[in-house]
Amino acid sequence: MRTKRLRMVMSAMLVGALAAGCSGGGQEQTPQETGPVELTFWTWAPNMDKIAAVWNTAHPDIKVTVSKQAGGDEAAAKFLTAAKAGNAPDLVQAEYQMLPSFVAAEAVADIKGEVAGVRDQFSDGIWNLVTLGTDGVYGLPQDSGPMMFYYRTDLFTKYGIAVPKTWDEYAAAARTVHAKDKSVYLGGFSSKDPGWFAGLSQQAGAQWWSITGEAWKVGINDDATKKVADFWGGLAKDGVVDTQAPWTPEWNAALNGGKILSWASAVWAPGVLSSNAPDGKGKWAIAPLPQWSAGENYSGFWGGSSIAIAEGSKHKQAAAQFASWLNTDAKALDLLIKEAAIYPAAKSGQALMTTAPEYFTNQADFWQQATNIAGTARGFTFGPNVNVAYSAYKDAFDKALQNKSSFTDALGAMHDATVADMKKSGFTLAS
Amino acid sequence: MTTKGVRRPLGLAPTAVLLLGALYCLLPVCWVLAASTKTRGELFTTNAFTPGTGFFSNIADLSEYRDGIFWQWMANTALYAGVGALLSTAVSVLAGYALAKFRFFGRNVIFNVLIGGILVPAVVLAVPQYLLLAKAGLANTYWAVLLPSILHPYSIYLARIYASAAIPDALLEAGRIDGAGENRLLRVVAVPLMLPGMVTIFLFQFVAIWNNFLLPFIMLADDERFPLTVGLYTLLATGANQPALYNLVITGALLSIIPLIALFLTMQRYWRTDLSGGSVKS
Repeated sequence: MRTKRLRMVMSAMLVGALAAGCSGGGQEQTPQETGPVELTFWTWAPNMDKIAAVWNTAHPDIKVTVSKQAGGDEAAAKFLTAAKAGNAPDLVQAEYQMLPSFVAAEAVADIKGEVAGVRDQFSDGIWNLVTLGTDGVYGLPQDSGPMMFYYRTDLFTKYGIAVPKTWDEYAAAARTVHAKDKSVYLGGFSSKDPGWFAGLSQQAGAQWWSITGEAWKVGINDDATKKVADFWGGLAKDGVVDTQAPWTPEWNAALNGGKILSWASAVWAPGVLSSNAPDGKGKWAIAPLPQWSAGENYSGFWGGSSIAIAEGSKHKQAAAQFASWLNTDAKALDLLIKEAAIYPAAKSGQALMTTAPEYFTNQADFWQQATNIAGTARGFTFGPNVNVAYSAYKDAFDKALQNKSSFTDALGAMHDATVADMKKSGFTLAS
Repeated sequence: MTTKGVRRPLGLAPTAVLLLGALYCLLPVCWVLAASTKTRGELFTTNAFTPGTGFFSNIADLSEYRDGIFWQWMANTALYAGVGALLSTAVSVLAGYALAKFRFFGRNVIFNVLIGGILVPAVVLAVPQYLLLAKAGLANTYWAVLLPSILHPYSIYLARIYASAAIPDALLEAGRIDGAGENRLLRVVAVPLMLPGMVTIFLFQFVAIWNNFLLPFIMLADDERFPLTVGLYTLLATGANQPALYNLVITGALLSIIPLIALFLTMQRYWRTDLSGGSVKS
């Protein structure tokens, strides 16, 4: 109840900040820095203060102060409010799906000129997430979440199923498993994780948003996404996938107790598994996601974030210098991996990951696999009101699960809510 | 000889409802108690109400987290709640007393505005307050949380009701006839009579500020100044790719209610006086 109200207030704030965003940010800008510069940095990555300390020792002229924040949607609302009040930090961690709302509110700066040298460090799929398909660059990628298929090797053997290569095989395996034991599921559909659904839609080739000229085009109910929704709708209707809300103690218990045999998740899952399903240590393995057609090889992104520079910052150049160091320098990437436990977005950073996570001692080539999969991940441009689309997803698919109604209709509701909100906020929409 | 009391029907239904209510309130507390003793591995794997083995290691981990920042949060919360509630009580009592016992131009307007203020939830005001304080250069300071907590319409309303009921006009009259100035009347007559009401207001505000989340969440950027609510939230919302530190959050939540319980136990006497007083007089 309390969190629901909180969320509503947060969303209201976000919308308000968006609507008011058209009044430009700070105009002051000093292109050439002289003397010691003080930068503030909002992030939720653990131990970032230690990493900043390394930078500060090496760069006495640019001092970075880290303010540790809570992550999630609320972090974005807080940053937008602060930017509106002219109080934004110089650097801010921004989830990829939130970056467009920052750009629309003119809260983050285009740093194309400042970071021109680091473009080669990132794959095209990830770079698109910070350019939004435009000429500008609105942040530097920090971590990424390519999706992969996590499964219990021992239980796959027990139930006599192979790792599914296609989603058809996945559906067949889901039926087999559930027929053998009613309390066991191959995997789950989550109406609570719009980011998960977005990642699977990206894999299928969806384009939820795109910009042509000045106009936005919304394609949440495009054919690719419909295919994904129908697929899970069919499995959910037959009751052969688990539809309970993930991230709950019950879900943790099911994951830990071997009642859920696989999880289509992202590269950061080892941290979740090791803390929520400790008994599964050494029993899980990874494979590429099942594909829509045999022979294809695609993945999507679930999660990940970038470092953006506030439009109101008086030290954009210094901030860009730090952001570049943090996300491309070999020493910084090493620290990000060891101290902040992230999967870096930079290619050279991914190459540094060699020792498999402790939880995956049985799979020595975990990171080679992950890097291969990361290369196949394709994203899409996020729109300026992802928060609205995401809460519409939760509402619509929750309802569809409860009423056992069509997932296609739920997707349509999500699409309509997103379009209506964009119109209301004054965005130009392509017909 | 048997002294026969009046036999009343036991009232099975009301008792059952009350028992259910008690269970509803106490069960989560029991869960927190049990869960705080569990290690990370035990938390989701063992039975919900069986105690685990990790209570002290949880406290040690929590104390070590980011060089003991949890205790800094605890101290911050105590400062916000303690100082904020004291200031708020002082302001409320003065305002309530004035509104109850003096007739002056605009009294009813002020009072009606206050009543209106009660209807506006504090969460709605958090963002405008942030924008205002940011203009004044006070955002991200201790004042950013303290100042908005001081003025609390409901407390002023409560103080006014209490003052008009607890302080007889005749007593003030008598004091005036004896030559006491208004300051002296306030000190010697009004404040002692309002003491139970003041404790109520203090407790109300203390608990409200202790539990407040949105205001400090928006106002404060620097986690050295966070109160417990916002601090523990950063442990929970660690970003999509980090496991939430559930065991530390639960242990932290348990530790954070201990001062509240202590406060209630010590001030219970006044609290009870007031509740019964109020039930008769108004």
